[in-house]
Amino acid sequence: MVSPVTLNLKNSQAANCSDIPVYPFSAFRDHIITSVKNGAKLSALFGNPVTDQGLQLMSVLSYPESGTLSLLAASVGESYASLTPDCPAAHWFEREIAEQWGVTPLGHPWLKPIRFHQPFGNHANIWGWNPDEAVKPGVTDFFQVKGEEVHEVAVGPIHAGVIEPGHFRFNCHGETVLHLEIALGYQHRGIERALQSGPDKKTLHMMETLAGDTTIGHYTAYCQALEGLSGCAVPPRAQALRAMALELERLANHTGDLGALAGDIGFLPTASFCGRLRGDFLNLTALICGNRFGRDMIRPGGVLFDLEEQRKEKFLGNLENAFRDVKRAAELLWESSSVVSRFEKVGVITREQAVQLGLVGPAARACGLAHDIRCDFPAGAYADFKIPICTQEAGDVNARAYLRWMEIQKSVAYVRTLANALPPGPIRTPAGALPANRVAVSMVEGWRGEICHVAMTDDVGKFHRYKVVDPSFHNWMGLAVAMRQQQISDFPMCNKSFNLSYCGHDL
Amino acid sequence: MIFGSILPLLLALCLSPLMLGIINKTKAFFAGRQGPPWFQTYYDLRKLLGKDAVYSVTTTWLFRAGPIVGLAAVILATFLVPMGSRPALFGFEGDLVLFAYLLGLMRFFTVLAALDTGSSFEGMGASREVQFSALAEPALFLGLAALAGENHSISLTGVLAGTGPWTWSASGSMVALVLLSFFIVFLAENARIPVDDPNTHLELTMIHEVMVLDHGGPDFAFILYGAALKMWVLGTLLIELAMPVRTGNAWVDTACFLLGMAALAVVVGVVESSMARLRLLRVPQLLVAAGALSALAFIVELI
Repeated sequence: MVSPVTLNLKNSQAANCSDIPVYPFSAFRDHIITSVKNGAKLSALFGNPVTDQGLQLMSVLSYPESGTLSLLAASVGESYASLTPDCPAAHWFEREIAEQWGVTPLGHPWLKPIRFHQPFGNHANIWGWNPDEAVKPGVTDFFQVKGEEVHEVAVGPIHAGVIEPGHFRFNCHGETVLHLEIALGYQHRGIERALQSGPDKKTLHMMETLAGDTTIGHYTAYCQALEGLSGCAVPPRAQALRAMALELERLANHTGDLGALAGDIGFLPTASFCGRLRGDFLNLTALICGNRFGRDMIRPGGVLFDLEEQRKEKFLGNLENAFRDVKRAAELLWESSSVVSRFEKVGVITREQAVQLGLVGPAARACGLAHDIRCDFPAGAYADFKIPICTQEAGDVNARAYLRWMEIQKSVAYVRTLANALPPGPIRTPAGALPANRVAVSMVEGWRGEICHVAMTDDVGKFHRYKVVDPSFHNWMGLAVAMRQQQISDFPMCNKSFNLSYCGHDL
Repeated sequence: MIFGSILPLLLALCLSPLMLGIINKTKAFFAGRQGPPWFQTYYDLRKLLGKDAVYSVTTTWLFRAGPIVGLAAVILATFLVPMGSRPALFGFEGDLVLFAYLLGLMRFFTVLAALDTGSSFEGMGASREVQFSALAEPALFLGLAALAGENHSISLTGVLAGTGPWTWSASGSMVALVLLSFFIVFLAENARIPVDDPNTHLELTMIHEVMVLDHGGPDFAFILYGAALKMWVLGTLLIELAMPVRTGNAWVDTACFLLGMAALAVVVGVVESSMARLRLLRVPQLLVAAGALSALAFIVELI
């Protein structure tokens, strides 16, 4: 069989929508399954309504070796043969498509809603919900187990800590988890629907609150997409400042995660230090732009805030102080045998599982997969200043924690390099209006992993479809698989080692 | 003389919540924080006693009986424990067994009340509590048996008040083994790190805390106070063994004993500030180790 000719783009490169090849569904399906088997990654798979042809499925496959993103489309009717049995990475995407467009993937092994909302437009929903009633999140037919000594534990959506809502259903045999089912959707705000016919005044604010802890990540992805579409060249100084902000976001969250992991196992020293140190990194972002989460720092065409010499001195000083303290707190973790024995061999994901599930970010790199958007699909400052990939092999909680510490070290070094070599020049160029009927795929390595935005414009240069794939979307299933045959008491720690976003998933 | 025996009881009733304050201050010190006030547990107790309890419609009288029976049992156990060289308020040959099973009764009713709620969390906590205390019990009994052999008595007063500096010089290895074993039992029974984490909010990892999640108001005050008393009486066993100061002056002995209890709270705080919790699968190993230490002490004593 001849493999289809796809539209191949670089990160944030734009093309005409009409250049996306549309193939019969069977060729589309075979192409995705074969490519993923051969090392491509399914970065996005989503429904795209086309006026005269009904629904199109569109896939974005990313090839880390060549740094290309390939787009392919196929028309589907009311149903199609599910990809999931042959390509588990499509699992969550197909459930999303079924929920958004009322299209049934035939043969899908786990066809349940993921966000619990009515379908877009006038599409019928496939679960028979009353179209006039609000859908109740978490009300679905969960997997059940029966038998002696078997029991179910339901946790959430309201949790004891100050965290987001999500429902976890454990099927247990004594203390051992047979299976974990995760029901999300409590944070669904309808962002994808609201983004259509944008960009408008609200679009930027939706981007900064897609996932509050990934403000810079999603901002950058959005701006890259817009700049790609409008052909705007961002000044190097702005690129560098964006990369610094992205790394600071990574530093703050990785540090917070190490502290939270230590807190979960009752290891007081690191837990106490890291809580404060996370704030120190957030304050560095605030030093640049006045907001600890980097809100309103980035705009299409550049950034709004510069870092002049005087503040740069202070910035670098504070960075060194924070890093010195993080080093001390992190080293304490791996010097304590009680911590290592707690972390090791818990929540193991094998390399094969990680590939099959399509995990991204630190969760994938902890299983030995050397994938990092900053290196594989570099954009902005990352194209000029390289950052090394960190990996671990074990795939357990310890690997995910240690990987974070490795990335902290690399990120600090990277921010230091960038700050010292800040290119002169302006920090913003005007970004023009969006051209009609163009498409661009923008990828950013957020602190949780691959952020993928696909922007498609209509006849008047407004968003016809704006697809957001948060890294958590790929990784929630990874958490469920990591918990199999584990102790239920290890769940909080395991969960923290992934630290996934609920609102980034629920959109 | 009666006053001399009532004093240990009064001190236990008044000072036991302070131990939690000392532990928390120690932990705060190591974390570089100010920490809650020394008397926070007292404030909590007063606050809880001023509240109404809320009862789920699915619970029965067992749920209400749990905290009351638990507190009554541990207060009775306090009657049996001596302090320094002062004998206990009550004591008879064989009260060792009564002491251990009064604590057992307390646990039994806590577990019943937890199971009565029908919550999956509480069921899990109850199962863990029962499993771990079944493993801690041999350590406690074998250790007490070794001491009983040494002091030729099977009453707590005889065993503990009979221990003195001379016991250390006569059979130091045996006492050291028992002490180590009792310290592990102390941490396990009082739900401290490395066995349980009293500060966690994660129900899935809890042992003791998760069993009392549904109690509120005065019931929870009883549980909190009962837990403080239990820590006190088990701590007494440790301090009587570790610091058997017998100057002949009962006041000096009592003062030394109280210092010892404060030191124990600091040690617990230091342990909690310096190590992580064990994973639950490892906890039985630790408790079996405590049992082995006690068994060894018993053998040493027989020889």
